[in-house]
This record gives sequence, structure tokens and C-alpha cells, in this order.
Amino acid sequence: MQALSDVSFEVEKGEIFGLIGPDGAGKTTLFRILTTLILADSGTATLNGWDMVRDYRKIRDNVGYMPGRFSLYQNMTVEENLNFFATLFHTTIAENYDLVKDIYSRIEPFKKRMAGKLSGGMKQKLALSCALIHRPLVLFLDEPTTGIDPMSRKELWAMLRGLKSQGITIVVSTPYMDEAMLCDRIALIQKGKIMSIDTPQGIIGRFPQKVFAVKADNMSRLLSSLREYAGVRSCHTFGEFHHITIDNEQLTIDSLRDALVEAGHKNLEIKEIVPTIEDCFMELTSETRA
Amino acid sequence: MKTFFSFVKKEFLYIFRDIPTMIILLLFPILMIILFGFGINTEVRDTRVAVFDPSRDVATQELVNRLSASEYFVIDRYLSDISEAEKVLKKGNVGLVVVFSNNFNENMQRGSASVQLITDGSDPNTASSLANYATAIINQLAVDHAQLATNVGGNNSRLPIINCQFKLLYNPTMKGAYNTVPGVLGLVLMLICTMMTSISIAREKETGTMEVLLVSPVKPITIILSKTAPYFVLSLVNLATTLLLSIFVLKVPVAGSLTLLVGLAMLFIFLCLSLGVLISIVAPSQIVAMLVSAVVMMMPTILLAGLIFPVENMPLILQVIAQILPAKWFIEAVRNVMIKGVGISAISQEVLVLSGMAVMFLAMSVKKFNKRIE
Repeated sequence: MQALSDVSFEVEKGEIFGLIGPDGAGKTTLFRILTTLILADSGTATLNGWDMVRDYRKIRDNVGYMPGRFSLYQNMTVEENLNFFATLFHTTIAENYDLVKDIYSRIEPFKKRMAGKLSGGMKQKLALSCALIHRPLVLFLDEPTTGIDPMSRKELWAMLRGLKSQGITIVVSTPYMDEAMLCDRIALIQKGKIMSIDTPQGIIGRFPQKVFAVKADNMSRLLSSLREYAGVRSCHTFGEFHHITIDNEQLTIDSLRDALVEAGHKNLEIKEIVPTIEDCFMELTSETRA
Repeated sequence: MKTFFSFVKKEFLYIFRDIPTMIILLLFPILMIILFGFGINTEVRDTRVAVFDPSRDVATQELVNRLSASEYFVIDRYLSDISEAEKVLKKGNVGLVVVFSNNFNENMQRGSASVQLITDGSDPNTASSLANYATAIINQLAVDHAQLATNVGGNNSRLPIINCQFKLLYNPTMKGAYNTVPGVLGLVLMLICTMMTSISIAREKETGTMEVLLVSPVKPITIILSKTAPYFVLSLVNLATTLLLSIFVLKVPVAGSLTLLVGLAMLFIFLCLSLGVLISIVAPSQIVAMLVSAVVMMMPTILLAGLIFPVENMPLILQVIAQILPAKWFIEAVRNVMIKGVGISAISQEVLVLSGMAVMFLAMSVKKFNKRIE
């Protein structure tokens, strides 16, 4: 099975580049190619001028990689793990302490604890510290926020911004659309193809339709009603609202409102909103499908 | 170098923190030696004996009485025909058949009589004990008769010879009696080096740490060497325990050179480590590594390498299969050095085969080791 095809993009030095896409889109495969762990069937990639295939040793010396799965030694303590990875890269914790300080200081009170006994958020902080300990040029983070609580997710993104300010280029993947806004530039990826690359604002700005958020007492009946109208181009559930786009030639928002009230929907609320990345993603997905 | 030591330290931490596994690894050789070692010391008390005695004279009668008087034997029956001997052995009615020649007493007076001892060789350890006890009793009879003759006749001090012919049915060469220590040694080293090494590398693949290790400046050869080093040390500990137990508990002394024996063990350890690395490179997970080591290496080693059954007694096809087992060659060489006490020249063939296998496994591992995943 082909995991990726026609993928082409550039990451600027010192930016946070996000790969946004659902599970199975090919994000991990792309990361493994970029970290020289697997070879692409065709195509080329370079990092800081080094070729992925020919100069793979150079690349391995200079990148930090944090796989999607927790990949540290569970039977070793926090401190032993960090020490081990520091030695692996011919450095010491003391040498690069200022770089990992912000992150490591939060788990330092637990440094005698086995890595396997840490909470999800703390595991990620430790993994991030280990990936950073040798001051890499580029940091590859494969779904660092999957499976950790919202608070830790927020903290982690704050840390990434801190690292960016230290001049480290970050390539990060995530299935959470809301995290896209925290990246400098993003690539929307679906079924092995990149659908769009731009800043989050750029992608939203290029969204061709107006988006309305619709809400009523009975949301599931509202959804089926909305999908009945020919003029409703798309309709997706987002939290407490349904987001819709409409075909202006067939339907206006006022006539839709009247029709919905007539259909017996109580406490109807319709408002125009700024599209989110997820709206853009849905739109792009339906385009590629058509 | 610092990376290497850091790696080795990590491996040791992993071994020491997995206490159940460590206990098993350290106790396994002791358990094996005790199980196999005392398994062969079969008690041979009150073994039933069948006698075929065509002479029926004083000498045969005295010998039968002496056998019967000893704590080892009980006279069960007299056979009327020699052909019954195999029948009673096969049925398991008796453990030993004593066959006297014609005119036994007369022959003995003249200086040479013969008696045949037939035992069931399918249990070579018991068979050899029985034969030893019976032979001792028969020889004593000969000595006593010589003394008697000297006392009576004065000048006739010639010692009559009783030819004690010993026949093992079913296992004529009697190999296998001293297989315990070499066999256990082979098995233990195989377990520690091959199985544990392959599991420990496969674990890195399974938990994803191999991915992280590969995306670092560390060289694959460092990973391999540091993975094998702790098990090398552990094997040496087990080698020492096994040898000490065999010398002081089983009383199987090292007849040959101890240096040669240790050198031989080192060669085998090296071979097993290479094999372990090779298995781990092919196996994607710990369970596969364990199954491959256990089913493909351990089981045939236990069954075919002469640990339980002598290789010589097996069907030809199994004998051929046994030739490709590294442990078979190791056990043979160790047996020769430990029991027979031979020097390096006598085991050059085994050493050559083992070295060849080791180099082959190592070359295959290095060639196959993937600097990428999949």
C-alpha cells in the first residue's frame, strides 16, 4: 500500500511547521522518511543541505526525534534516561541544561521515578527533554499531544514556542485541528497527499465560502433537517454547533432560517463565523473526494 | 567508548531490575545440574537377576550365592535356555542376566573361565552401575579362589582368570553416561546467550526505543556489542557455577586442561551471542525471538545434542540433523576434554566447526543488521 504520494514542501529555519491530518494520513511515514529511518520509494529530501540517503549519518547527528509512541526505557528512572540520551549524543545534561531547563524542571522532582510509572504528560516532557538534550537543529515530534490531558497539551505547546525562540526548527504532527493555529505554517495532509500548505490564517483566508454556525434544541433532528435542503453544501457537527456552508444561488440564510422554524425547530440560533482549520480541512477533503 | 559503557550500564540496569528473570538465569544452571546430575545416580538396590547356568557346579553356585548376598542383587530365576535372556530383559522382569559358560569350575581351576553379564542398555547409567557391581563381585571370587589355592597347594599361586564379558543390549557403545555436565553447560550457555540476547534486542524494536537509538550518532556495531556484553559476563558466571557444581557436587572432575575447557566455552559463548543477534535481527518482537530461540534452537539441542539420548542411537535422519546443531559439537568437545582429558589436537574438528559456525553467524548478523527500520 502506498502511504504517501506527491508530497513536496519546505520548512523554514526556525519555524514551527505543523502536519495536520487524521490517523492514517501518512504523517508517521513522512516523519520516518525525514528522520532517515525508512527510505522513500522515490523522491528526494534534504535537511540543512544534507541528502536523506547519502548523508544520513549527518542528519542523525543533528536532529531530535520523538516518535508517536512513548519510546524511552520504562525500567530506568527519569534521570537515568536523560543521562543515557545525553551520553548517546556525546554531551551531558549540564552542558545543555539551559535548553531543557523549562521542560525538565517540571519533572525533575520525580527524577528518581521509573519512566514507565510517569503520567502521560510527564512522559512526553521527559521524551521531549531526551530529544532535545543534544541541541538538535531540527526537532521532529510525531503526535506529541496524542493521549495526554488538555492542560498538558497547552503546556507542551507553550514549551514548543519557547524552543522556537531559542532558534530550533520544529516539525510537529497532530490530528487535532485546533492545534494548527499554534503553528507558524501548516500542511493539511489526507490519504498520503498534502492538500494545502500555508500559514493557518492564509488557509482560512482562502476559504471560499461563508460559514454559519447553527444551533437548536434538538441537534440531531436539526442535522437531518439541514441535510435535506439542496442548498446546504456541507454540514458538519462542531461541538455544540453545526457548521454549514450554503449555495447562494439556491438558498439564502434568511430563507433557511424560515424553513427551519417552520419545520418546528425551537430556540434556533444562526450566526456567521470565521472558518476554522477543521472547516477548511473538511472542505478540502470533500473537494478531493469529488 | 563512553557511549559503549553507558549502553552496557543500561543493559545491566535492565537485567538487575528484572528480578524474576535474573533469578531464573542464575538458578537455572544449578537446577539443571541437580536435576540431571542426580537423575543419573540411579539407585541399584535389589535388582532382580536371572541366571543361565549350564555348569551347575560349586563355583557357579558360590558366585550366585555371593551375588544374592550383596545388597544390589536378588536372584529371581534360573533360565532353562539362553534364548530366554532377551525375553526376560525386554519384559523388564529382571535387570541383569548372568550367563555362565560350560564347565565353569573346571575352567576356572585351569585358569580361565568366562561369564557373560547382559543388561538393558536403553538406560545406560543404570546398566553401567549394575555391570560394575557384578564385575566387582566376580573378581573378588577369583581373588579368593587364588588365595585358597595358595594356602592348600603351597606353590600354586597362579590367579585364575574369570573372563567377565559384559554385554549391553540396545546401546552397545554406552555413550551418554557422562553427558550431564557438558549437556547442561551447552544448554545454559545457549539459553543465556542466544535467547536472552535475542529477546533484549527485539525488546528495543518492540518498545520503539530502537527508532530513537537509530536516529542518533550511535553506530549499529556499538548497539550489538553493548547488547551482548552483559550476557557474556552472565554466561561466565554460569560457566563457573556449573563447573564448580560438577566438580564438587557431582564429583565429575575436569580430566583435561581447565584452560582449554574455558577457552572452548568462550568460543561457544561467542557463537551463541552471534546467533542471538542474528535471531533478533530477523525477529520483529520479543515473543517471536523467544519462540525462534526456544523451538528452533533449545528443543533440538535438548533432544538431539546427546543430552538425553546418545546421538549414535538415533535414526540416521536425526543424526544428520544433529550435525548442524552448534551444541552437539560443543557437548562432544567438552565431554572429550572433561571426561577423557584429551588435548586440543583431539578436538580440533569440533573447534573448527564451532569457529566456522561463529564466523558465519557473525557475518550474517553484520550483513543483515538494518541501519533503518524495515
